[in-house]
Amino acid sequence: MNADAGRAAGRTLPLWEVFVRGKRGLNHVHVGSLHAADGEMALRNARDLYTRRNEGVSIWVVPSAAIVASSPDEKDPFFAPSGDKVYRHPTFYDIPGHVPHM
Amino acid sequence: MTATAAEAGLAGQFERTIARDARIEPRDWMPEKFRATMIRQIAQHAHSEIIGMQPEGNWITRAPSLRRKAILLAKVQDEAGHGLYLYSACETLGADRGDLTERLISGRQKYSSIFNYPALTFADVGVIGWLVDGAAICNQVPLCRCSYGPYARAMIRICKEESFHQRQGYELLMTMMSGTAGQRAMVQDAVDRWWWPSLMMFGPPDAQSANTAQSMAWKIKRHSNDELRQRFVDMTVPQAEALGVTLPDPGLRWNAERGAYDFGEVAWAEMKQVVAGNGPCNAERVARRKAAHEAGGWVRDAAAAHAAKQAARQETRAVS
Amino acid sequence: MSFDHAYQAITEDTGAGGEPTGPLDGHWAFGNGFADPLAGIDTTVPDGVDAADLALYCLMLGDDALIMSHRVQQWCTRAPELEDEVALANIALDLLGQARLLLARAAAAAGTAPGPGGEDGYAFFRAEHEFRNVRLAELARGDFGELIARLVVFSTWRLAVLRQLTASRDPVLAAVAAKGVKEVTYHRDYAAQWLVRLGDGTAFSRRRAQAGLASIWPYVAELFIPADAERRLAGIGVAVHPAGLRDEFDGAVGQVLAAAALAIPDLAPRAGVAGRTGRDGVHTEAMGYLLAELQSVARAHPDARW
Repeated sequence: MNADAGRAAGRTLPLWEVFVRGKRGLNHVHVGSLHAADGEMALRNARDLYTRRNEGVSIWVVPSAAIVASSPDEKDPFFAPSGDKVYRHPTFYDIPGHVPHM
Repeated sequence: MTATAAEAGLAGQFERTIARDARIEPRDWMPEKFRATMIRQIAQHAHSEIIGMQPEGNWITRAPSLRRKAILLAKVQDEAGHGLYLYSACETLGADRGDLTERLISGRQKYSSIFNYPALTFADVGVIGWLVDGAAICNQVPLCRCSYGPYARAMIRICKEESFHQRQGYELLMTMMSGTAGQRAMVQDAVDRWWWPSLMMFGPPDAQSANTAQSMAWKIKRHSNDELRQRFVDMTVPQAEALGVTLPDPGLRWNAERGAYDFGEVAWAEMKQVVAGNGPCNAERVARRKAAHEAGGWVRDAAAAHAAKQAARQETRAVS
Repeated sequence: MSFDHAYQAITEDTGAGGEPTGPLDGHWAFGNGFADPLAGIDTTVPDGVDAADLALYCLMLGDDALIMSHRVQQWCTRAPELEDEVALANIALDLLGQARLLLARAAAAAGTAPGPGGEDGYAFFRAEHEFRNVRLAELARGDFGELIARLVVFSTWRLAVLRQLTASRDPVLAAVAAKGVKEVTYHRDYAAQWLVRLGDGTAFSRRRAQAGLASIWPYVAELFIPADAERRLAGIGVAVHPAGLRDEFDGAVGQVLAAAALAIPDLAPRAGVAGRTGRDGVHTEAMGYLLAELQSVARAHPDARW
């Protein structure tokens, strides 16, 4: 089942990208992503997971779908040269049988 | 340019990126098999962190001192966090966490077999920290230089946290080994049960590891199974001596010519059984994860429903 | 990154962008606060304060935190989503930390030598009737609706107590309270946000949330009945008289329930035994099982250090 169907069934909450600024004077840096139902929840989850509750840290959360990306040195014709999504569209992957277990 | 020529060009770029030890990033072209391999490897690593919460998690409520309870709770919490970092890395390849969870609980994707062994005493908590996290660190430090960027970055963060875990496990064992006779016996018993499974964490011997070559070529895997296993033994034997425990291997001895420890044959047949699903705890580990996921369905649905309602309310307010 | 020096390679401190930063900072979830919680703090009992009363009061607040933490710990590997595993472990760790501080302070007031023997002696070697937690904390684990309802009530109540306790004449209690206020504010917000999601989300989640509230509400009245020692200490500015907090509690909880579209249960308070409840060491049947789990390993090795 792909992610769109998963979300439609209410099974997967939307994906958010997390940006963290550890210290005044530095930039916000992308640290990863997480799932949350809304911005409030995403912020809380991000604070718990990516800053270990450090209150001094500034956090931005953005729905992954809202990010407009251009990465010209990451080369794939699937992506438009500018103004496209951060990641590939989630799809269903059939793992070939000969790919080994961990 | 024809489609084949274009694809050949992209494949060439992919190969050159790998060859110069640079990172493949999410929007790069990559062979389908590379993507599939990465998804499977990262997902199974993530599943391992989550399942790995269980054997130690079972001892949180029974920890015999408040300090140990706090340390163990923090460690298990870290493991949940590691799972989250890894699922996040996996999603950059187009996977979906809900789908990956389904694959875990239906048995289509696996996790590290070490967690199919039972944690039977509180000493197991220390031994798991010392040996299992120790073996994991041996596996994981090289992954910090893995060719796929998001995975390598997640591994850097994870490795930093796991070094603390291993030290806390070892420190518990040191305390117990200088304690009562009962504590010392508990530690030795735990070592006797966890030593060989820890060696199995490095996978089958190189001669039987069919796909190592491709993973090495793609710089996903940077050292062979046997190489890492040997490294782990060499690092761990002196630690066991310092602790005052014996490792359950009569074949273990220093080989001056090789500059390494000779050790006995791993029971590969047992490993196969455990990997195939017949280990002591396979069923329970998956069942617990499945139960939590299913029991949580109505909660996740509620969160999604509330978010949708809030969004609709905001729109109504904006319009009116 | 050298493979030979695995620990060196991975313990260089790096900033968010991967650049090395200062010396290693304690990178646990909550810093390195695992050592003796009251190390370096003056634990003399203030003038005019009865040491036995003070010890008992600290046990009350400490046991509340210890037992509630235990119930939250039982959700480990059972949470509805991985993000909640992390959040619930936070809550359990915070409460455990408060318990350690309070039990250690009780030991100091009672004249026990400093060190883990104090906090661990109380946690692992008291009998059931010596535990002073309110019964709300020990109730058996229900579903997520019950957990959230209980956390909303417990956190709102505890926050109200700790806020006033920051002005305690005992400097140790005041300091513990100041730290606890930040933590419990976070817990209350987590729980309140979830209660709203559950109350508003689906018909099923609303029923579960309402049922959760119903199962814990009969234990609310007990939260505001002072024990004798509590009353005495409140009179001299050391403790907080809980009866005075009921209005604040009702206001705060009422707000959350209204936002969640949930009804305040209309249920009679659960009676004690000849009027005696948790604060008197008279607990529910759940407490015996809880302590059996909590204490079993420690009691099996009574002379051991861990």
